[in-house]
Amino acid sequence: MDNILEVKNLTMDFGGLRALNNVSLHIQRGEIVALIGPNGAGKTTLFNCLTGIYKPTAGDILLYPPDGKAKKISGLKINIITELGVARTFQNIRLFGGMTVLENVMIGRHTRSKSSILGAIFRPPATRSEEKTIIDKSYSILEYMGLAPLVNELANNLPYGAQRRLEIARALATDPHLLLLDEPAAGMNPQETNELDALIAQLRTDYNLSILLIEHDMKLVMNLAQNISVLDYGEEIACGTPQEIRRNPAVIKAYLGEEADAEVS
Amino acid sequence: MKYACELKRSIYIALWFILLTFPIMVVKVNTIENVIVWRWINIAGIGVGAFVLSFFWQLYLRKKMTSQQTAPEKVSILNRLIENQKIYRLALFIAGIFALIFPFVFSHYQVNIMTTALIYVMLGLGLNIEVGLAGLLDLGYVAFYAVGAYSYALLNYHFGLGFWTLLPVSALLAAFFGILVGFPVLRLRGDYLAIVTLAFAEILRLVLENWNDFSFGPSGISNIPRPGFFGMNLTLEQSAIYMYFLLIALCGLTIFVTYRLQHSRIGRAWVALREDELACQATGIDKTKAKLTAFALGAMWAGIAGVLFAAKTTFINPASFTFMESAMILSIVVLGGMGSIPGIILAALAIILLPEYLRVFSDYRMILFGAALIIMMIFRPGGLMADRRKQYEFHRSDIINKS
Ligand SMILES: Nc1ncnc2c1ncn2[C@@H]1O[C@H](COP(=O)(O)OP(=O)(O)OP(=O)(O)O)[C@@H](O)[C@H]1O
Ligand SMILES: [Mg+2]
Repeated sequence: MDNILEVKNLTMDFGGLRALNNVSLHIQRGEIVALIGPNGAGKTTLFNCLTGIYKPTAGDILLYPPDGKAKKISGLKINIITELGVARTFQNIRLFGGMTVLENVMIGRHTRSKSSILGAIFRPPATRSEEKTIIDKSYSILEYMGLAPLVNELANNLPYGAQRRLEIARALATDPHLLLLDEPAAGMNPQETNELDALIAQLRTDYNLSILLIEHDMKLVMNLAQNISVLDYGEEIACGTPQEIRRNPAVIKAYLGEEADAEVS
Repeated sequence: MKYACELKRSIYIALWFILLTFPIMVVKVNTIENVIVWRWINIAGIGVGAFVLSFFWQLYLRKKMTSQQTAPEKVSILNRLIENQKIYRLALFIAGIFALIFPFVFSHYQVNIMTTALIYVMLGLGLNIEVGLAGLLDLGYVAFYAVGAYSYALLNYHFGLGFWTLLPVSALLAAFFGILVGFPVLRLRGDYLAIVTLAFAEILRLVLENWNDFSFGPSGISNIPRPGFFGMNLTLEQSAIYMYFLLIALCGLTIFVTYRLQHSRIGRAWVALREDELACQATGIDKTKAKLTAFALGAMWAGIAGVLFAAKTTFINPASFTFMESAMILSIVVLGGMGSIPGIILAALAIILLPEYLRVFSDYRMILFGAALIIMMIFRPGGLMADRRKQYEFHRSDIINKS
């Protein structure tokens, strides 16, 4: 199978708390996989392991870049993983608030550019053209995300929905192969959610991405995902297509609780 | 009345302070004549002081409350002036002319003061890289200044090397020291970083003070040569003017380099680091590299300033590199506006020059300085000239080009 990411028996402990227990997961190239589960199930923790913010207690994370061969990314530094083509957004938006919208996206180009201190001071033609490419590329991403009129606004002053989109734009600027979205629809109204739905589907084809998506909005998840993984208390309790997950008794139990389960049966 | 509530509260607070400090501030036992001296005048001072401070504090709180409710983006007059191209050019032109004729119009004494102020401009701009851009609160900046000054003095003393050789050497040594300090504090942020850098600077000062064989201890190093001018023998006055122009040139260089750095890929990375360290790494920036370059480049300017300081005064000892200096330089950055080059230049000139020209108040200079800082922070938290992000313009043709 043509995987882009493979998570093998991942375990993550915080002191005595096992936030992830032996979780395995794989994402195929060009696929959208959703990660769902009740609050505190360990979804964000999995993202943090994938992006190098946490070092997993046990298990492996393998990345298969389109050109090269499998690379073990568990334990690498955060920025190295980004450089290898994994980009993410945060559940609680983390923009560079005091910088403009354009600058936020320009930061995303950092790994894909290389002008040095001397380049910055003397500004030779190579640096200047690199800078221009950074600006152009960033602007075109903002245009794509519908943020072009806001380029010179401070990120802090944007409305909520625009901030979410800006985070995606910043992630796109790093030229990722795999995009991790942590509750992108959180706090959005139904209309914004619908737009986001269309946008994510479009993103995948236009930017040639595989996407791993954490989301509580089931309509969005069922619409977008080809495969769904369900976490509960750090355990993977189910994985499969949306149809399979919808009917899975374990998932229903995790979401509705024991009593509901008792009532149904 | 508009401020009735604040006034009432401030009066209460003033009374409370009077009561609290009464025993120590008013009653004094004269043990020689065995009488009690009642110093009523002190009470008045305490009362007025507490009242004024508390009143401003209340105003500040109120302002903060209201600004949280409605936060319109305010741009200061200074900012608006400088953004007007015509006025900006005119101001630059006048400042340039003034800088050029200054030493020929004013006295030797004035030139010396201005030279000192320019050293602080350089220090402020250097610290701005660390604090203003990268958000690394460094309370020990004076250490790098000391490294620069001592490298020049000691290398000159032992090896007889000249000013122009040692200027870059000392700058590099200071930058290296910056990296050395930067490594152990990579994981620290905010107040923790502040305390550790403060400690580093104190350690360095104590070493300089006590390691007599190395640094000549508290008595310092004297007879440090002034910079040579094509082997000519300059009079004291001529060399002061020379020093002045040297500093004008080097400040120009500092402004140029820090401006370019700020508006480069690296400068953006520093600001991102300041804004959100985790997001910054997740967006692909190497935190270690960004922090160490900020430390090294910030320290480098302090090193250069140190060499110039040593060459100007021809004498250095550890007493010139106390925490007060760090605090002073930090005030310049904060007062000027973090990240704002014109703001920092203004603040450095104001902080160093004003006390010299307001000698009348010299007894109260620290009090006035403190009050000015407090008032500034209340009414202009962004500094004299808050940093404004660069704006980009996109024309229709650009858009067509791209699609
Ligand atoms: N840094 C940490 N230190 C200690 N415990 C942590 C840490 N991060 C997460 N946890 C714990 O791990 C568990 C999983 O948290 P996580 O944030 O991954 O949940 P989640 O599935 O993302 O939930 P939500 O839907 O609310 O975002 C929680 O019990 C949380 O308290
Ligand atoms: Mg979460």
